[in-house]
Amino acid sequence: MALTTWALRKSLWVYHVNAGACNNCDIEVLALLTPRFDIERFGMILVGSPRHADVLAVTGVCTRQIMPRLQEVYMQMPKPCVVLAIGACANAQGIFTEAYHMGAAVDETIKAVDPSAIIIYVPGCPPKPEAMIAAAVKGMEFLKTL
Amino acid sequence: MNPSEIVIWFIGAGLGTLLLGLLLKWVDRKVTARVQWRVGPPWYQPMVDIIKLMGKETLMPVTARGTGFLLAPVIALATMAVAATILWRSLWDPSSPFLGDLIVVIYLLAIPALMTMLGASASGSPHASVGASREMKLLLSYELPMFLAILVAVARSGWTFQLGGLVTAQAQTGPVVFSISGALAMLIAIICMQAKLGLVPFDVAEAECEIMSGVYVEYSGPALANWLMTRAMMLAVMPLLLVEVFWGGLYRQAWWGFLSFLGRYVLLVVLVVLIRNTNPRLRIDQTMKVFWFGLTPVAIVALVLALIGQAEGIAWL
Ligand code: SF4
Repeated sequence: MALTTWALRKSLWVYHVNAGACNNCDIEVLALLTPRFDIERFGMILVGSPRHADVLAVTGVCTRQIMPRLQEVYMQMPKPCVVLAIGACANAQGIFTEAYHMGAAVDETIKAVDPSAIIIYVPGCPPKPEAMIAAAVKGMEFLKTL
Repeated sequence: MNPSEIVIWFIGAGLGTLLLGLLLKWVDRKVTARVQWRVGPPWYQPMVDIIKLMGKETLMPVTARGTGFLLAPVIALATMAVAATILWRSLWDPSSPFLGDLIVVIYLLAIPALMTMLGASASGSPHASVGASREMKLLLSYELPMFLAILVAVARSGWTFQLGGLVTAQAQTGPVVFSISGALAMLIAIICMQAKLGLVPFDVAEAECEIMSGVYVEYSGPALANWLMTRAMMLAVMPLLLVEVFWGGLYRQAWWGFLSFLGRYVLLVVLVVLIRNTNPRLRIDQTMKVFWFGLTPVAIVALVLALIGQAEGIAWL
C-alpha cells in the first residue's frame, strides 16, 4: 500500500449532493458532524467543492433533472474517489421506483460515466449515522486493496 | 553570510516553518473541536491531508488558463518560505539580514494574497472570481492599518526599518506593547493578522457555505496541497512577525528566554483560534468599514501618541 493510499484512508473529505432526497437523509448526514458522532476524529470533513473531495455522499432518488448534474459533479472529482449512496432512495430509488420523474438509480448513473467507480451502499430510510460511519470504514478497507 | 549558509537557512527555515505551520493547523482544528465539544482530529491530521492531496490528480477546468492557475500556488509557497527565512534569521541573530528587511517582509507577506487572486481569476470559475474580488477588497482594507501599526513600533524604536534593530531597541527600552500606543498598535495588528490569515470573521474570500471555498474552488490535488501549505506557513509566520515587532523577540542568553518566546508565540496563535471560533463572518462591506473607519483612525491616533511620546521622552505613551 502506497503512502498516499494510506493517507487517503486517513483523510476522506466528503462532498454532499442531494439528488432529490426528502431531506431526512441529509439531516442524518449533518448529524455526523455533531459532538455525538464527530467524524473529524477519522479525519473526515465536509468540503464545499467537489474538486477537494474524496467521497461523494449522494442522498435521494436521482431524478431526471439531477442525473446529468450528478454525473458532472462526479467527473469534477479528482480520482481516486468513492461514492457513498446513502438511504433506500439512493440505493435503488426506494418507494419512488417507476415514478414518472425518475432518472436511473444513483449507481447506474455514476457507472454510466465511470464503469469502474467504487460505490458503497448504505441501506436505511434514513440510515443511522452509525451505519454511515460503518460504510465509511468499509470504504477505507476497500481503498487498502487499491 | 556566505551562500551555503543562506541555502541551509532557507531550507531549514522553510521546512521547519512548514511543519510548525501544519502542527499549528492541528492546534487550530483541535481547539475548534474542543470549543464545540467534539474530540477533533489526531495531531498528524494536517500532514496526512497534504500527503493525500499529493497523490490525487490535478484537474484542470476547461475555462482555466493553465500557466497562471498552476504557477500561482507555487509562487505563493516560495514567497512564504523566503519570508519565513528572513524572520527566523533576524530572530536568531538581530544583527543580520539587511537594512530594510521589515519592508521586504511586509511585501512578501502580501504576495500570497495577490497570487490567490491570480490563481482564482485564472481558474475561470464564477465562484472563484467573486472570491478574488473579495480578496482584493480585503487586502485593500487591512494593509493600511497593518502598516500604520507596524510604523508605531518603528517610531518607538528610533526609526529603524530592520527587524533586528526593532528587537535590539526593545531589549533596551522594553517591549513596544507595554505602552499605550504600542498596545493599541498590537491590538490592531492582531485583528489585521486575522484578516491576513483569512480566518473568521474575515474569511469572506473563501466563505465555505456561501461561495464554496471561493478562491480555491477549482483547485485539486497537489495544487490544493500547495495552497494549504501556504496557509499553514502563514499561520506560523504571522504571530512570529508580531512577536518580533511588538513583543520583544527572542532573548537568547538564558533558558527562560526561549520559554517566554514560546509562551508569547503560542498565546498569539491560540488568540487567533479563539477569535475565529467566537465570531460570525462579516460581510465584505462590513469588513471594509471595520478596517477603514474603525481601525485606521485608531492606528493613526496610536502613531501620533507614539510620536508625541518619542518627542517628549514619555516612555509609557
Ligand atoms: S431514503 Fe428515506 S429518508 Fe432518505 S431520502 Fe429517501 S425517503 Fe428520505
